[in-house]
Amino acid sequence: MECNCIEPQWPPDDLLMKYQYISDFFIALAYFSIPLELIYFVKKSAVFPYRWVLVQFGAFIVLCGATHLINLWTFTPHSRTVASVMTTAKVLTALVSCVTALMLVHIIPDLLSVKTRELFLKNKAAELDREMGLIRTQEEIGRHVRMLTHEIRSTLDRHTILRTTLVELGRTLSLEECALWMPTRTGLELQLSYTLRQQNPVGYTVPIHLPVINQVFSTNCAVKISPNCPVARLRPAGKYVSGEVVAVRVPLLHLSNFHINDWPELSTKRYALMVLMLPSDSARQWHVHELELVEVVADQVAVALSHAAILEESMRARNLLMEQNVALDLARREAETAIRARNDFLAVMNHEMRTPMHAIIALSSLLQETELTPEQRLMVETILKSSNLLATLINDVLDLSRLEDGSLQLDLETFNLYSLFKEVLKLIKPIASVKKLRVSLSLAPDLPEYAVGDEKRLMQTILNVVGNALKFSKEGSISITAFVVKPETLRDSRTPEFLPVPSDNHFYLRVQVKDSGCGISPQDIPKLFTKFAENQSTATRNPGGSGLGLAICKRFVNLMEGHIWIESEGLGKGCTAIFIVKLGIPEGMNDSKLPYMPKMPTNHRQTAFPGLKVLVMDENGVSGAVTKELLMHLGCDVTTVSSGDECLQLVSHEHKVVFMDICVPGIDCHRITSRIYEKFAKRNERPLIVALTGNTDKSTKENCMRIGMDGLVLKPVSLDKMRSVLSDLLEHRVLFEAI
Amino acid sequence: MDLVQLQRQLVDYRTSLYHEGFLDEQFTQLKELQDENNPDFVVEVVSLFFEDSERLLNELSKALEQQVIDFKRIDAHVHQFKGSSSSIGAQRVQKLCIVFRNFCEAQNVEGCLKCLQQVKHEYSIVKTKLESMFQLERQILNAGGSVPV
Repeated sequence: MECNCIEPQWPPDDLLMKYQYISDFFIALAYFSIPLELIYFVKKSAVFPYRWVLVQFGAFIVLCGATHLINLWTFTPHSRTVASVMTTAKVLTALVSCVTALMLVHIIPDLLSVKTRELFLKNKAAELDREMGLIRTQEEIGRHVRMLTHEIRSTLDRHTILRTTLVELGRTLSLEECALWMPTRTGLELQLSYTLRQQNPVGYTVPIHLPVINQVFSTNCAVKISPNCPVARLRPAGKYVSGEVVAVRVPLLHLSNFHINDWPELSTKRYALMVLMLPSDSARQWHVHELELVEVVADQVAVALSHAAILEESMRARNLLMEQNVALDLARREAETAIRARNDFLAVMNHEMRTPMHAIIALSSLLQETELTPEQRLMVETILKSSNLLATLINDVLDLSRLEDGSLQLDLETFNLYSLFKEVLKLIKPIASVKKLRVSLSLAPDLPEYAVGDEKRLMQTILNVVGNALKFSKEGSISITAFVVKPETLRDSRTPEFLPVPSDNHFYLRVQVKDSGCGISPQDIPKLFTKFAENQSTATRNPGGSGLGLAICKRFVNLMEGHIWIESEGLGKGCTAIFIVKLGIPEGMNDSKLPYMPKMPTNHRQTAFPGLKVLVMDENGVSGAVTKELLMHLGCDVTTVSSGDECLQLVSHEHKVVFMDICVPGIDCHRITSRIYEKFAKRNERPLIVALTGNTDKSTKENCMRIGMDGLVLKPVSLDKMRSVLSDLLEHRVLFEAI
Repeated sequence: MDLVQLQRQLVDYRTSLYHEGFLDEQFTQLKELQDENNPDFVVEVVSLFFEDSERLLNELSKALEQQVIDFKRIDAHVHQFKGSSSSIGAQRVQKLCIVFRNFCEAQNVEGCLKCLQQVKHEYSIVKTKLESMFQLERQILNAGGSVPV
């Protein structure tokens, strides 16, 4: 038995043991240094989330290291302490390692997922980068479009627009070739009109109804087409492999497509075709945003072209108008010159013609006065008659020509209407009596005494009309009536276009000349007023007129703002010539004018009026009695009434005059006057209605005239005055004292 | 008083009436109308005038006493009065009537009342004068003479 108190340090024969010893040592070393490293690096990094795991791991490793270290002592015989330490260490290590192993089951998946998330984020970042790139590109494109549009729209010249489009597009999209095909006039073909690279494209056409073209025209998007189709063969046949080709339609808006109320319809459209080719060697593809750009540009081009078209159109119209203006101006000046020349001619001829005429007429009439044989007398009379006719003709022609170009003006002056009619009557009475025609003149009581107008021409008109009546009547009677047109009767259904408007200082005079002559058939009536047109049937009977008379009358009447027409019921039934003219009412009568109606000699004035039945209406008993006495003194048979109704009751056709005292209010003179008018329809049965008034107001006189009274006498009336009043009244049937 | 003196008195009286403006030519006219056929024409007319005037003046007084004055009616009456007075030649009365009418138009109550008083006054004067003149004429006629024109 050996007693091994001290074991030799190294068992002498075990190399293996030696190596184990060394390995354990190094393992322990490593095991101690790893946690150190871990702690160091974890301390450095701030984000590691699993610290406690590290601690655990560290513990595990440290314990493992300790175990191995302690193992070093077990190679040599060792004491019990060492063994227990060893055991403790081993136990602890076992514990920690088990716990760590359990922990790692949870932790390792987590750690792995961190990794996947990291990968995912990296991918996302890459994607975003890509998208950013895209957006930036699009923005660039947008800027290009705006710039392009600006370029295109900055000009109104069609060619510049198109050329600029192609150039800018080519630049923006870096195109190989860009071309525009326009439809020909016939609309059946597309002609190559513009290209980018070639300066003068040859008139190269393709028919419009190719399927590929229809495809492009049917949509407003840009369409990729095959490089081999006819429209894309823009380069002379070569060995190029052209890049992708895109075609888009360009609507050609026509002026007539723009309706006022709606947008142009795109159905009846003509389109042009724009073809864009990418460079052949770049292997580029058409991107969506590039296609969008092309579409937008195509639209803009369409608008710009239509603007240019409108401008062209308006320029053309303006030029046309200017030309027309110039031509019109020239024509006008020529016309004026012609008129002036004619007037000069007429004036000269007028003078030249009248002088010899004058000589002929004067000398022939002188000759008439001398001793002549019957044949000579006949001859001289014929000469005179013919020369008179000729003189009239000359005058008529001159008048008419002056009337035509509006150089004739009326000579307006105040004249006496009554005396005008009397004059006419005087002039035609001889002729009428020779022809055994009765002529009657009837003037309305409300006809103003004086009027403002062209007396000479009015007389001429009346004479002409009456002369015609005389000329065309073989027998019977001619009646001339003149009255003031009342507003109610102004609208004559036969003359709808003539609308006289009465005013305060004008009135419309209506004159009717009715004859019982040969009449006119209705279809000839419109021709009557035409120059030189003679009525065929009457021309043979009365070859005395030049046919100008009525035409001149019509002109005069028109100048006097009136209307003239002829009515006839047919041949043999006579005819009525009617004209309405506008005359002025003279302002205030001068005192120099005679107070009574004038010009007729008042030498046969009656001094007594035996048996003249007179009705006096006066509300005032006293003045009525005075008036009655006055009249009775003059021999009248007087009845007095004191109210209007009494007056109307008692008035009869036997009464020749009714004196109405009108300044007493309460008597409605208008009413009574109109009643009297109504009661006595025929003018010669109606008594004369005379107003007696002390009122010197001018309006009183005008009122009396207007309501149809025949006279006005101012009170106080002396015997002499009453005598002359009655005398004048009975003779002239009208008497308005001057106020 | 003997005839000639009466006649002279009448003439003077009449002339004075004309002079003082109580009467005007209209009265002369009336006289001219008087003849053998109608010897009392002037007297008749003047009496008619008196009657009429009394009536009118009464109406006027009544109208102006009303609470609400109807100027139109007053104007109508004055107008009538004016007419009558001018018909017989009572010049002063006629002139006053014109003034009266102006006040009526202006609807001036004070003026109207004043005018009415004046008109009444003038009327009574002219009435008295005419009546005296007629009395003289009657005296002349009774004395067997003829009234000078």
